[in-house]
Amino acid sequence: MTLATGLKPGRGGSRISSLSRGLWPLLRLVLTVAVTFFGLLLVTFLIARVVPIDPVLAIVGERASPETYQAAYEALGLDRPLWEQFFVYVGKVLQGDFGDSLLTARPVLEDVTRVFPATLELATVATIIGVTLGIPGGVCAAVYQGRWPDHLVRVLGLFGYSMPVFWLGLMGLLVFYGLLDWVAGPGRLDIFYEDVVPRVTGVILVDSLLAGDLEVFNNALSHIILPASVLGYYSLAYISRMTRSFMLEQLSQEYVTTARVKGLSEARVIWRHALGNVMVPLITVIALSYASLLEGSVLTEIVFAWPGLGLYITNSLLSADMNAVLGGTIVVGSVFIGLNLLSDLLYRIVDPRAR
Amino acid sequence: MAASDLQAENGGGLRAWLTTETPASRLQARTVQAYLVWLAFARNPLGLVGLGIVLALILVALFAPLLANHDPFAQDLAARLQPPGSPGHWFGTDELGRDIYSRIVHGAWITLKIVGLVALTAPLAGLIVGTVSGYFGGWVDIVLMRFTDVFLAFPRLILALAFVAALEPGIESAILAIALTSWPPYARIARAETLTIRNSDYINAVRLLGASRLRIIVGHVAPLCLSSVVIRVTLDMAGIILTAAGLGFLGLGAQPPTPEWGAMISAGRKFLLDQWWVATMPGLAIFIVSLGFNLLGDGLRDALDPRSAG
Repeated sequence: MTLATGLKPGRGGSRISSLSRGLWPLLRLVLTVAVTFFGLLLVTFLIARVVPIDPVLAIVGERASPETYQAAYEALGLDRPLWEQFFVYVGKVLQGDFGDSLLTARPVLEDVTRVFPATLELATVATIIGVTLGIPGGVCAAVYQGRWPDHLVRVLGLFGYSMPVFWLGLMGLLVFYGLLDWVAGPGRLDIFYEDVVPRVTGVILVDSLLAGDLEVFNNALSHIILPASVLGYYSLAYISRMTRSFMLEQLSQEYVTTARVKGLSEARVIWRHALGNVMVPLITVIALSYASLLEGSVLTEIVFAWPGLGLYITNSLLSADMNAVLGGTIVVGSVFIGLNLLSDLLYRIVDPRAR
Repeated sequence: MAASDLQAENGGGLRAWLTTETPASRLQARTVQAYLVWLAFARNPLGLVGLGIVLALILVALFAPLLANHDPFAQDLAARLQPPGSPGHWFGTDELGRDIYSRIVHGAWITLKIVGLVALTAPLAGLIVGTVSGYFGGWVDIVLMRFTDVFLAFPRLILALAFVAALEPGIESAILAIALTSWPPYARIARAETLTIRNSDYINAVRLLGASRLRIIVGHVAPLCLSSVVIRVTLDMAGIILTAAGLGFLGLGAQPPTPEWGAMISAGRKFLLDQWWVATMPGLAIFIVSLGFNLLGDGLRDALDPRSAG
């Protein structure tokens, strides 16, 4: 190989740049998402293939005759080549068919749509807590750099990165439920209030308001506040840390000095001018933290017996219900991919330079 | 800090040898560099605390049989659920009367094993993928990076759950699952570093000398990516510990009666409101060790890469 070939720009690079003005970025985004989703399906398919559980035995039972076994084997399409099985699998998933759950004997999709609102509710309240405390916290840390608000944010972040979420949840239950009795215990509602309000969205806080039942709303709130705060703490740690570093970057820029010289109040300079520019990258941070909360909710849901997707996946896992586990994995993975896409799109809309 | 200042200040001897600007051998040059990094690191008290915690973890893991005052598996049903401070049981006992302190001490080895194995395998895999991807470019790069993105787009814990489900619950499966889900960031870092290196003059010089691609990647590109990867690994170690503990808590990692900290918390859950110490003590151990790795990682990053300090 010669020096010249090493210095040539990559072949892919030149083609991309010639197309970059048109629809290419958008097309690229769609392509990326499609490839990632395809990869998600491939990985879950391969996992299902290597599981030491025989799917045929699970259906026909151990005492079935070889003929029955063979018939079920062929009915499941297991005699066909692997790639063909994969395409059948992709086709089914695209139609929303994840198979039936062994545990509940219902279609996995039906189970997932039933439990998902609980996870969504938890992650959303947690994100609201994280954003409303994390952004002002991060701004204060940047403005008072090196003083106590800065140290506080740093310590909060450090603790957040070092504490297991399930342990923090247990400690929260011990202190706020066991010792102080400020909040309600595990679960989404007291048994007394279960099924009192009609299910519309599946999100109890919303459903109870729609039904105008404040008693149920208060009960649901006292149940969600602790798990949401525990999850929200992790979101707060991440958001405040990122806000701080974005703000430090903005505050050192010349337009901030200009705004101050013009005689604007310090509050206006910080909260309107500097924070306004920080909001663009923060959208990505918030979307990412929302996605990671969906994941963090697996452990939190177990601690708080919260009947969401995480509890569903874990229970299915412990009873070797692979259809349910993989269906749940695909749903969480898709939401993850979707949130990444959403943050990318929002970024383009909010930031004129990215258009 | 300028090395010559130190030299003038301290005169001759070891200090001078360690801080010279004109090293006489390759060994001396490396030692000098390491010493300067150490000086920068040692100015950060929190980083030193982190280093202390990590060293303590290693010592506890190595000398667990000497430090533990009970057999971690010995059951004593007469002395079950004793509170902390009971005679002979500093941290109390669990539901089978086993000494919690001894179990935590023995659990240090398991934590160290998980962190160590993941920290060796995942970065290595990432380094290989990243350097090959960055050096070859073109289609190799596109395919490998798409592959990496697919793994990056997954929720890590859920993917690890699915992997463990496909294998069978146990420490080995947990280690494998964590390693399989944690290599992509290293591949990204290694690729970025490789892209900045691959067209530099000395790589072209090596190429002109007729070195093979394998030799260039292994001998000349990979070593330069190492420091960024190492920083990232130390910062990730706390995350590895937390994921492993989470798998243990779910009953998918270490199996009973192994004294793994996450599994111990899971067992203590049932007694949380009345016997708080059973779940609290192992959690404190996880917290302190993760904090140690985080502090060490922050300190190392500031010492090796002052640009991103802050």
